[in-house]
Amino acid sequence: MSPLKISWKSIWSKPLSSALNIMLIAFGTGILTILLLASTQISEKLDNNSKDIDLVVGAKGSPLQLILSSIYYIDFPTGNIPLKDAQELARNPFVKRAVPLAQGDNYKGIRIVGTDTNFVSVYKLKTSTGKFWAQDFEVTIGASVAGNEHLKVGDTFFGAHGLTGSTDVHKTHAYKVVGILSPQGNVTDNLILTNIASVWKMHDDHEQEEAEEHDKNHDHHDSAIEKGGHKGAGHGSARPDEIGLNEGREITALLIQYRSPMSVVMFPRMVNQMTTLQAASPAMESTRLFSLIGVGIDTLQWFAVLIMLIAAISVFVNLYNSLKERSYDLAIMRTLGASRGQLFQIVIFEGILLTLAGTLFGIGLGHLALQFIGAYQESSQARLTGFILLNDEIYLFVAGLAIGIFAAIIPALQAYSANISKILSKN
Amino acid sequence: MIAIKSVAHSYNDATRISFNDWEINNGDQWLLLGESGSGKTTLLHILTGILKPAEGEVMINGTAVYSLSAKKLDQFRGRNIGIIFQRPHLIKSLTITENLVMAQSFAGLPEDLNRVNEVLESLGIAAKKNVYPNELSQGQLQRVSIARAVINKPALLIADEPTSSLDDKNAAAVLELLLQQSGLNQATMIVATHDKRVKDAFTNTYELR
Repeated sequence: MSPLKISWKSIWSKPLSSALNIMLIAFGTGILTILLLASTQISEKLDNNSKDIDLVVGAKGSPLQLILSSIYYIDFPTGNIPLKDAQELARNPFVKRAVPLAQGDNYKGIRIVGTDTNFVSVYKLKTSTGKFWAQDFEVTIGASVAGNEHLKVGDTFFGAHGLTGSTDVHKTHAYKVVGILSPQGNVTDNLILTNIASVWKMHDDHEQEEAEEHDKNHDHHDSAIEKGGHKGAGHGSARPDEIGLNEGREITALLIQYRSPMSVVMFPRMVNQMTTLQAASPAMESTRLFSLIGVGIDTLQWFAVLIMLIAAISVFVNLYNSLKERSYDLAIMRTLGASRGQLFQIVIFEGILLTLAGTLFGIGLGHLALQFIGAYQESSQARLTGFILLNDEIYLFVAGLAIGIFAAIIPALQAYSANISKILSKN
Repeated sequence: MIAIKSVAHSYNDATRISFNDWEINNGDQWLLLGESGSGKTTLLHILTGILKPAEGEVMINGTAVYSLSAKKLDQFRGRNIGIIFQRPHLIKSLTITENLVMAQSFAGLPEDLNRVNEVLESLGIAAKKNVYPNELSQGQLQRVSIARAVINKPALLIADEPTSSLDDKNAAAVLELLLQQSGLNQATMIVATHDKRVKDAFTNTYELR
């Protein structure tokens, strides 16, 4: 019978106080696990979605809003920019690649984004079935869209006006699914991609047919496309060279890849000095966003650390008190031949077993809780999952172990140095 | 042979107790008599190797007990000395069998369930081997503590007031078992007591004054 087994049996002999200790530690570790998983996933998502985009150009307004709407597709766009200005920027020598975006419609809350083939190259998209959109009203859908909405190649659907809600459906044209993207692990999994002309045309007809109705209930944001004018019908695709024909048209934003690192300094300033446009850097805004969330995360982190500390004290008090009751037990063990070292082990193992069980429970609990939170999240773009393991979790494990040792070391030393003759003669 | 030579101990430098030399032949059964406060417990602790005397030495079968290293002494005690206390004290979180197995492994001996069964049977409590101590009566617990003391076939069996908290019937039974077990395991036995019910069973007496 090893000291470890004696510790184990001792824990089981007082299930209530052991359970209380384990719960306290599990709670603290659980919160830390959730924070670790969530903040890692959020920053990963922020990075993943913006890693190949150096700059976003859109209408003046909040730069963060511009980034959120054009990189992460979670906020409303700041407004529209004239296509002519966008094209001018796209031809700038600093720019390697420019991706136009036209937003304004959704299908069951999934954004329909009008863009061109540059989008495909920037996000390095591949189709798993079918092909990329070519004709008007052809769409290629993200992997999650196909899964969640049960859409497959050949299916058709009607888009609805606005970025959320499906009350105002464009019934004149149906979109036709021609391809499904392979899973990318970023926002494109949750987008419906088409060409810009489709988005414009949808609204040309839409406006003609439903103009009056629109005036009544058009209380959404500024949808770019509404103001896009009514000229230039019948364009198959929206390649930059062709966009030139669309005088007076507007798009939502322009994603830009720089030609050289030098552009970082020069280009945003140049854009911001042009009267109608604003440039925002995804990297900078993501960092700013994360630092805003960070305050909350820090607070919760301290809260969790506090709970862990209370747990450590509780384990300590538990061991210390039980040691008083058990000092006679331990003395008896000495008379049976146990060494001081073995008594030390018995007490310290008890602390470590308690905190280790708590830590394991806590990590498991944290994962489950985050999965649960993820399942109830509204925005599918930023959905969190509990079913991933991080290397950093090893630190939680180590912290649990350290707390166990910290809480048990004083009682263990007392057991080590106890004068058994004195204890035995007292009873 | 067990012997103490010119052993003396002092508490807080104030009270000093010196003990007469004592030689015990293997297999002898001795009674240790003395009023409370006469140093009975002190002498027992010195004999069992848990209290190092200020002076003198303790020899058990040729080993000078207090010249052993701390760890060696613990193991020596586990293998060679069995102790029965006034009140049976078993580890509450372990079953009877586990309590006995623990005594085997603390002494550095292999776990031997046959031996556990054998001892429990000889004490008539084999039926209780898988229950926890709090389910047993005081008399049954004292039997288990005798079982624990003899499980490793010790050379020396020491009982400190083993009968004083028991009624006549149980006291007689326990005394009977102690004598029987010391014979069965060929252990030298020392029973410390002031219980008059015990005295008649012993011929050898060491008296503290």
